[in-house]
Parts: sequence; structure tokens; C-alpha cells
Amino acid sequence: MLTLAAAPRAWIRPVLLGAPLTLLLLVMLVYPVGQLLLLSVYSGGAFTLGKYQQLFASSVYANVMLITLKISLWTTLLAVICGYPVAYLISSLQKEKKTSWIFWVLLSFWTSFLIRSFAWIVMLGRNGVVNQLLTATGLQDTPSNLLYSLGAVLVGMVHALMPLAVLTMLSVMENIDRTLPRAALTLGARPGTAFWRVYFPLSMPGVAAGAIMVFVTAIGFFIVPSLLGGRREIMITQLIIEQVQQTMNWGFAGAISVLLLIVVLAVFAIYDKVLGLSTMTGASSDRNKPAASDGLLHRVGDAILGLLGSATDKLLALFPRSRRETQPGLSIPMRSFVLLVLFFLSVPALLMIPLSFAGKSGLNWPPVGFSLRHYLDLFASPLWMQAALRSLVVGFGAAVFAMLVGTPAAFLLVRSKWRGKSLMLAFVLSPIIIPRMIIAVGMFYFFSKIGLVGTSFGLMLGHTVVAAPYVVMTMMAVLRNYDTRLDLAAQSLGARPWQTLRYVTFPILAAGLMSSFLFAFATSFDELTIALFATGGMSSTLPKQFWDEVTLQISPVIAAVSTCLFVFVAALIWIADRLRRASMAR
Amino acid sequence: MPSSNLKISGLCKLYGDFVALAPTDLDVAQGEFLTLLGPSGSGKTTLLSLIAGLTVPDGGQMLINGVDVTYGAPYERDIGMVFQNYALFPHMTIEDNIAFPLKMRKMDHATTRRRAAEALEMVRLPQLGKRFPRELSGGQQQRIALARCLVYRPSIILMDEPLGALDKKLRDQMQLEIKRIHRELGTTIVYVTHDQEEAMTMSDRICLMNGGKIEQLGTPSDLYFRPRSLFVADFLGESNLFEGIVAHVDGDSVEVDLVHGHTRIGAKSNGAALSAGSRVRVMVRPQNLSLYAGTAEGEGLRGKVLDSMITGSLTKLYVESAGAEPIVVSYPTAWPSDRYAVGQGVRLQWHPADAVAVPE
Repeated sequence: MLTLAAAPRAWIRPVLLGAPLTLLLLVMLVYPVGQLLLLSVYSGGAFTLGKYQQLFASSVYANVMLITLKISLWTTLLAVICGYPVAYLISSLQKEKKTSWIFWVLLSFWTSFLIRSFAWIVMLGRNGVVNQLLTATGLQDTPSNLLYSLGAVLVGMVHALMPLAVLTMLSVMENIDRTLPRAALTLGARPGTAFWRVYFPLSMPGVAAGAIMVFVTAIGFFIVPSLLGGRREIMITQLIIEQVQQTMNWGFAGAISVLLLIVVLAVFAIYDKVLGLSTMTGASSDRNKPAASDGLLHRVGDAILGLLGSATDKLLALFPRSRRETQPGLSIPMRSFVLLVLFFLSVPALLMIPLSFAGKSGLNWPPVGFSLRHYLDLFASPLWMQAALRSLVVGFGAAVFAMLVGTPAAFLLVRSKWRGKSLMLAFVLSPIIIPRMIIAVGMFYFFSKIGLVGTSFGLMLGHTVVAAPYVVMTMMAVLRNYDTRLDLAAQSLGARPWQTLRYVTFPILAAGLMSSFLFAFATSFDELTIALFATGGMSSTLPKQFWDEVTLQISPVIAAVSTCLFVFVAALIWIADRLRRASMAR
Repeated sequence: MPSSNLKISGLCKLYGDFVALAPTDLDVAQGEFLTLLGPSGSGKTTLLSLIAGLTVPDGGQMLINGVDVTYGAPYERDIGMVFQNYALFPHMTIEDNIAFPLKMRKMDHATTRRRAAEALEMVRLPQLGKRFPRELSGGQQQRIALARCLVYRPSIILMDEPLGALDKKLRDQMQLEIKRIHRELGTTIVYVTHDQEEAMTMSDRICLMNGGKIEQLGTPSDLYFRPRSLFVADFLGESNLFEGIVAHVDGDSVEVDLVHGHTRIGAKSNGAALSAGSRVRVMVRPQNLSLYAGTAEGEGLRGKVLDSMITGSLTKLYVESAGAEPIVVSYPTAWPSDRYAVGQGVRLQWHPADAVAVPE
């Protein structure tokens, strides 16, 4: 009888934990996106492939797809190659130093793509810093057109996405046992060989994860190519915007979305085949068994690594060896390279600060005079103030919703074992995997049907969908480190389940909960794609208002906005770090 | 004495103000098994990684086979190292792990294969070549780490607490295994451990370290029976340390007045410079104490049995005596095991040759 009484509870609990997020995703993601995709093959209630014929009839769309792939590949390559030494150096630093180096990467990571793209417009402009520098050093006589070119787009994209690459690679490198390359040294390997044959293969999962994250984000980008690119650097998502905003051609927008989605899913499928998707959430994959050691591929790889190793060793032999140096790869050239990359990452946003206080030089470099005029303009503008308020409200609401639906799901995914769990994980993470633009267009269509366009509530729901996966990921990582025996101990001491949560589980998880909340808030606060369609005029959010202003004209007021946002983000990171430390000190 | 394999003079290492290793001299003979023993933070691991070349010294000199390698890179030294967590390369098979050092030495393919197979044979795991490290048990990984060192026949093998992660039974088995391989190959081994029993079992000589300095260097029985300092007497094995004041010195023998018990006893001074009036501790091992029932006349200390316990092959008795800490006595366990009742009066006696006076 007792087992009968317990039986229903055994399945009710997981359902209650998983249901909210699943429902949210079904209603706000699966249904709208499904509708959009269906619109591409249905016209007036009949099945048709007309939209696809139109898509492939002209070479325009195929060309744009090719350009998108080309830009994304270059961005991925550059971001990973330049980011690798940064992640490598940071992962090998002592704890105290590590925090301060990571801060610069995080600051760049959390600074809005909009701010950073705007900064590049200013820097690459005819009277911008870069042109001034090139002229002053005599490398050119007259300022040249740096903007609206492939180079500008690539600089902007790499700048936007390198922090993501660094942070992803860093999370893998942190877990590589540092005694392994040391062991290789004692076994007779020179430093270069030890790196290429031992460390590098072990860091490959990080490189792969970083590359796929960058590539998939890049392929759905529109901010950087719209602001920094010319007519030859139009990317696929810009076409979708055009179809929706100018011609309201939902079916065709759906067809382009299908094309984009297929490319993204194909990339993920290949990744899953090679490495296993579970490696992305930090769980060790049970499939990461290296290929058989006799395969041709293995021997080729081995030979390449061997060559790279001896080449590096020959290069290192040219430098006099210092007595101090015990860790290979942390030499002066390496450090200077990493500093240069961090400089590249941080400077554009920092340059906005002096420009925002400039008197009458506009956005030209160097700033002339000092005034608070732009700030006064900003605070007097009802458009900007409304937008700021709305962003805060929506961000707060979305973060609360995302916590409410995401945290139980994380508990479910970490604490229970059942078949189909990895499927559930893939489903939960799908808002990150599916290009944001497709979600946004689908939601816009859905919202327009039920009258949620332009409302804060609709936007909150939309942002909850994209913020919840981050909450789930963060909370899963936190929960994996949580010792469940503490709960059992509390219960053995007489605490009821609710009391256990209230007095033991949540206080210990407080820092983790707080950082997921901040993560979710920042995701919503910075979100442009959904807001692009779902808001407008007095209902704009900050990013939307920023976007509207920037696409109309480049004004110093935007530098003031950038500075405010930059300071706000820096403060958020600082608070998050404080909280983390406080929880560790306990 | 065979030729010296490793010669260290004045080697030291500082981290800021912290002295990780004070200037140290050490000679290790060809084929010797030397153990660096000490509590954590005593400098034993620092010394080992200085020998390996993984840490750069702040001064002094080090010769391996007569070649100055003080500032040489690890790969230029003729050494092998077994790491605490084994440091097997997780992305390579066992065979590739073992072949790695041979590959680094540009050995041809056939020889590499043959030597790798031999090394696996040596550690008695010939069938595991195609597996990956994580598929092996801790004990097997340990053997593979050893095989990876043996395969290129370095003249010195360094081992950093290699058995620390294994359970007691496996550890005993591996100790014998390492001893066997050491005997068969005649390689010099420098071994780090904090387990005194392990050090005693395996070593030709033990180098006992404390606070970044060598406390005493000698054979296991030297250190056990002839400690030269209170630290050594206390660290190695169980001991009774009686407080006392030197009354009389006669060459190697001293007479000591015990602070508790008002008794004058004989002891060995073991070369320590003691003079009448200096405070000392007299160390007597539990198994060197003779126990007599009753407190009737005769020499020695008198006391009362506090507790008695069987620890296995030895039975331990704790005796309370004149205000001092309880005295431990041990003797082989025999039936009937309850020869002494708690509260019973007993008399303790020992031979002066089994007592060592160490300066306090």
C-alpha cells in the first residue's frame, strides 16, 4: 500500500519541474517559429514551393548566403586564433591576477554589440582615431575610406564575438591538468613539442565549442554588417528584416529562415557527430574517445602536430632562454600579444567616454573642449528616458520569469535520471541554437495575431524565451557542484522539504541564483532582435532606440548613451564578482 | 661507496620571503633508493621538482652524472618522473603514452614498439596497450606511469607520492612491485612520501625534511633508533619522550634525571653535544619497555594501567605515571590477551642502550 501511495508522486514532481519551461517554449517558440516555417510552403491555404523557387531563381539570395558564410567563417577563424592565446594565458594565471584579466574580457563580452559597432563607426570614420593615427605616422597622406567595407565588417564581427570564443575556450582550458605538459617535459619533449602534442589536443574540445558558438552567432548577425558594411557585405538576416519591415512578405521571410535554419542545424549536426553536444554544457562527454590510433587521419594529425612542435622549438631556440622561465609559452612576446588583443577588445568602448564629454568637435578625434551638453540632451529626451525605463522593467520582468521557469528545469535536468534527458536539454537550449532572427520574426507574426505587439508584457515573454536557456545552463553548472548530502542531512535533522529549500539549499545556491538572474537580466537588457519588431516609437527599449538613432544619424548623444551603458555593465560585473567572492568566503 | 649519481650542493629556493628550501647538500649514489620524507610544506616536493628541472633554483649547484644541470631544462636531464596523479596523457592510448618519450628521442618505429612492449611486460600489464588511461584502474595507471619512465632507461627516476591515491592493500602490493623493479634495473630512485611506514619499508636511506631543511639523513634503522633531534624522534614511529636534565656525560653515554618520577636513568647521546644541566628528552620506543606486574621493589618507573588495546599483532598498553603524559608500551599480542587489568599497578624498565637523549 505504501508503494502505491508513493507511486504518483514519483512522476508528478519531474512533470511539475519541467512543465513551465516546456509550456513556455511550446507556446512562444515552437508554435510561432513553426507557423513562420509553414508560411513558406503555404499560400492561400494550399501547399506551394513558389517561395523557394523565387529564392533560388535569382542568384542574389544564394550570393548573400555565400557572403554570410564567408564572413562567418573568417570571423570564426580570426576570433578563435586570436582568442586562443588569451584564453591560454588567462587559464595559467594565479587566481588574483586571473580575476582582473578576465574582467576585461567580461566587460567586452557584456558591452552591447550596438555600442561596440557604434564605436567602430566613430573610430573608422574619416576623422576617426584610426585615420588620424595612420596620417600622423605617415602611413597615408589623406584620410581613407575605412568604413562600409569587408575589412570593417570583419573587424567589427571579430571584436564582437572574440570574447565569446575566449570564454568558451577558457572553460575547457581551466580543466586541463597543468602537470601533463610538465610531465611531457620530463619525458624529453621540448616546450613547443609538449604544447602541440599534449596541451593542444586536450584543448581541442574548447576550440571546437568556441568555434561553433562564434560561427552560429555570426551567421545570424545583422548589427555589425548593417552598421559597418556596404552593399557587398549584406548578410542573410538583413534580408529577413527587409522582407518583414518593408514588404511584409511573411512567406518569403519564412523561406529565407528555413535556409538559415538548415545551415545552422547542419553545423550543429556535424559538431554533435564529431564531439557530442553535451560537451557544450560542461559535462564530460562519454563519446570523446579519440579515433583509433592506427587510422590514416590519426597519423596525418600526428605528423602535423609533430611538425608544428619542432617548428615551434626551432623558433624558441632563436630566443635566449631566461633562467627564470619555467612555464613554456608565458614569455614576453606571448604576453604582449595577449595585451594587444585585450587592448583591441577594450579600447573602442573606452574611447566613447572622452568623446561623450567633448565640447564642439562632434565625434572627431581628438575631442575638443569639455561639456556635459550631450548628457543634458540625453536626460531631457523623453524618448531615451522612456526607453531606459522600459528596458529596466522588461529586463527585470524577463529575468524573474526566466528564473521561475528555468531553475526548476535545471533541478530536473541535474537531479534526475531518465531516458530522453538529452533531448529535453537540446529542446531547452534551442532558443540559443536557433538564430535569434527566426525567433523574432515568428514571434512578431504571432504577436500581431494576438495583439501583443508594442506591449511590455509581450516583450517580457519573448525575452524570457531567450534568457531561460542561460538560466538553465548557469543553474545546471551550479547544481552539479552542490553536495546533495547536505539536503539529506537537513532532512535527517527533521527539516521538511520546503524548510530544506528555505534554510539549506537556497542560501547555499544564493550566489548562483543571483548570477543567473544577472545573466538573464543582461540578456534581455541587451536584446535587440525581438525588440526590433515587437516595439517602436514610445514603446522602444534602449537597444531599439539606440538602433533607430544610429541608423538615422551618428550623434554625440549616442556616445553619452554608450558611456552610461558601459558604466552600468561594468557595475553589474563588479557586483556579480563581489557576490561570488562573498559566497566563496563563507 | 659506488659513484655518485646526483650531487647537490647549496641548492636553495625562495618564494618571496618564504624559504621553500634552505641551502641543501645531498649526494645520491648510483642505484640507491633514497626517500624524501617529511610533513607537508617541509620542502620535499620543492627539492624533487628542483631535481626534475620543473622549478628553477635561486642558488647552489646540481650535478647529474657529473654534468652541471642546475639551470638545465627538464628535457636535457637524464631523469624520469612519476607524478602524484600519474599524469598519463588522456588523449593517447597506453601504448602511445609509453612510446612518447622514445618518440621524443627520435627512436625508430620498430625499436619503439619493442621497447614499449618490454616496458609493459616489466609492469605485468602486456595486454593493455590499446586502452586509454581512463579505462584503467588507479593501480594499473600507476604501473603504466612507471612503465613510461622505465622505457627510456633514465639514470634517475623521481617519484612524487606515487602511491598516495591507492588504498592500503594495493599500496603494499605496489611497494613490493617498485622494490622488485628497482632491484632488477638498478636505477637510482628518489622517492617522495609523507608516509613514514612506506619510507621505512622501501628506502636504502631516508632524508627526513622539516621546514625547508634536512633534519637527518640516514638508513631507516638509523633514523628510527638513533634520532638526532626531537623532531626526528617524534616524527618516525611511536615513541615515549621523557623530559629530563642531563646529570652526567661520559663519552657517548649520559645519565639523565627525569623531571617526572625522580629517577636517574642511562641513555645514549648519539653524538649530540650535551653537557650536564642541559634539558633533554629521552626517547624510548614502546616495544623496548619491559613491563612487570606490581609496584614492588626494583628499578624503573612506576604507574597504573590506563587502557589496553589490541591493534593487531601488537597489544598496546597506556600507563599513567607521575604527572607525565601517558606512557605507551607494546608487546606481541598473545592469548590470553587481558593480562593487565585497568587500574593495575605496573613497573616499567628499559635497557640504557635503547634510550636516546635528544636536545630539547
